[in-house]
Amino acid sequence: MYQYDQHDQAMVQARVEQFRDQVQRRLDGKMTEDQFKPLRLQNGLYQQLHAYMLRVAVPYGTLSSRQMHALADIADKYDRGYGHFTTRQNIQYNWIKLEETPDLLADLAKVEMHAIQTSGNCIRNISSDQYAGAAADEVVDPRPYAELLRQWSTFHPEFAFLPRKFKIAVIASEQDRAAMRLHDIGINIVKNEAGELGAAFYVGGGMGRTPMIAPCIREFVPLDQLVTYAESVLRVYNRHGRRDNKYKARIKILVHETGAEEFTRQVEEEFAHLLDQGVEPPLAELDRIRSFFQQPEFATGLSEKADRSDPEFALWIDRNCSPHKVPGYVSAAISLKPVGGIPGDASAEQMHLMADIAKEYSFDECRVTHAQNVILPHVEIGKLYEVWQKLEAAGLGTPNLDQVGDIIACPGLDYCSLANARSIPVAQKISERFDETGKGDVLGELKLKISGCINACGHHHAGHIGILGVDRKGTENYQLLLGGSEAEDVSLAKITGPGFDEAGIVNAVETVTDLYLAQRADGERFLDTYRRIGMEPFKEALYG
Amino acid sequence: MKILTGNDLRSGAVLWWTGNGWSIHIGDAADAGDEAETILATESAARRVNDAYAIDAEETPDGPRPAHIKDRVRALGPTVRPDLAVPAAEKVGWDWVI
Repeated sequence: MYQYDQHDQAMVQARVEQFRDQVQRRLDGKMTEDQFKPLRLQNGLYQQLHAYMLRVAVPYGTLSSRQMHALADIADKYDRGYGHFTTRQNIQYNWIKLEETPDLLADLAKVEMHAIQTSGNCIRNISSDQYAGAAADEVVDPRPYAELLRQWSTFHPEFAFLPRKFKIAVIASEQDRAAMRLHDIGINIVKNEAGELGAAFYVGGGMGRTPMIAPCIREFVPLDQLVTYAESVLRVYNRHGRRDNKYKARIKILVHETGAEEFTRQVEEEFAHLLDQGVEPPLAELDRIRSFFQQPEFATGLSEKADRSDPEFALWIDRNCSPHKVPGYVSAAISLKPVGGIPGDASAEQMHLMADIAKEYSFDECRVTHAQNVILPHVEIGKLYEVWQKLEAAGLGTPNLDQVGDIIACPGLDYCSLANARSIPVAQKISERFDETGKGDVLGELKLKISGCINACGHHHAGHIGILGVDRKGTENYQLLLGGSEAEDVSLAKITGPGFDEAGIVNAVETVTDLYLAQRADGERFLDTYRRIGMEPFKEALYG
Repeated sequence: MKILTGNDLRSGAVLWWTGNGWSIHIGDAADAGDEAETILATESAARRVNDAYAIDAEETPDGPRPAHIKDRVRALGPTVRPDLAVPAAEKVGWDWVI
């Protein structure tokens, strides 16, 4: 994986010292909160309901075991012994003290991590496929391109104050495991008929209060023009994106209001202008970055079959393990969604354990997913049982990847100052209900996503079943949505009708899944059945 | 009643105006009445408490209960982690929030 060079390290350390000085001036009363707020936000430090929250970037979701250990140490030293993995491959700490933040950031910098550009109207952490470098279906490892874009976008002076925040995802497979088309820019690295690699650009997607699916504005950008094309998109957005209305400031609104065709024309015009301006880094830089993402030294001649005599282990393999490009290996998912647990939370002890397992069994690497789980990308099939036993003993062996219990949930009103309703208790109750009834075992793939407000951090628009918490006259109320997908069959979920209270929404989810079980044809997922029979039968079941 | 709340500059912790200072316990919150805006201006100038604001609350035998659920969650801590709650939670219980 990528390692900082002297410039990366110097920049991050300088930023820590700069922030240390800013914090001290704030503590000394030399700055007002209004003056300080934009500075702390540029370093990922929010004021949430109960304390400061620090959001730390995990670039394209990749962590070494050393970094995961460091995240665990930070949870113990500066927080309350746990962290929360988010839907954008970040980790958040919920109980941070302002005066300790500079020391925390200095500790992060020691392991080549930071919280820069995890807030504010800038280019945020660049996300990617959690199976990058391992997936059997990828055309290439997308992470070198994500890293190139990370370097380009970090401290980019022209894009530090965009109209609004800006999120980029990079994948390299037909299967979309990164919600690519629901980003401001989604990039899919593809191969053309000549076998050359290039980037398909999807621009103007997003969730939030106005969900949109990004249209493709260019099917093939040669890789030696990747950064220039991204710069062209950002320039058009920076020039024409609305700054008069926060709710209409995202690029999706610009693309929608301008029209994809005219927007594309403007980008192409800017691109033609920039091509000879020296924006693109030399290919040698991309080669240098690629050298950090060499394939590990996989063993050959390994068994491709696991001993499935333990039924619980066999179930975990079936649900949590994914095909690997190298025979004898799989990618194994560590679910951070135990029954009744808090989605995405991991204790310091669990983080240490995941780090140790990654070191021993997965070439020193793990990945954070946008679905708030952790992946061991390269595990020998023959050693899976050992891995599973260790995970199971620590409460990390839940066999529910992409099942109803694998719920994405934002922190909601339990932590977040923007939230209108709690998300986590709803996730816990649904998870418990489907475990108690046993129905979770027969539903198959079902992606359930819960947001505690319209900002949609819990991706409710993209849930096969989505739940949106709203404030109805001071009381929590939950709207039910059906039919969303963030994958290659991307679609936006639709609201069923009037909302429910907390108990009612759990019952409503059971009602729609019961209807699915009654109606599904062979091999159909919940989403397939919904798409075949439409909304009306579900409405009828819910509202009579 | 009107009570005042904000977040501590150093820790970010939720604070409640007691009449002569700030406390992490909502049970210590005093009715600011018509003085709310004056107190907020003074405290804001002192720069010790961030983003202080006045809220409506109901007077109960257990102390003030904020009118809005967000402030009730702020008063006790995350409902999903009672182990991290402020001590007042033991007194009033989690039903108090909902």
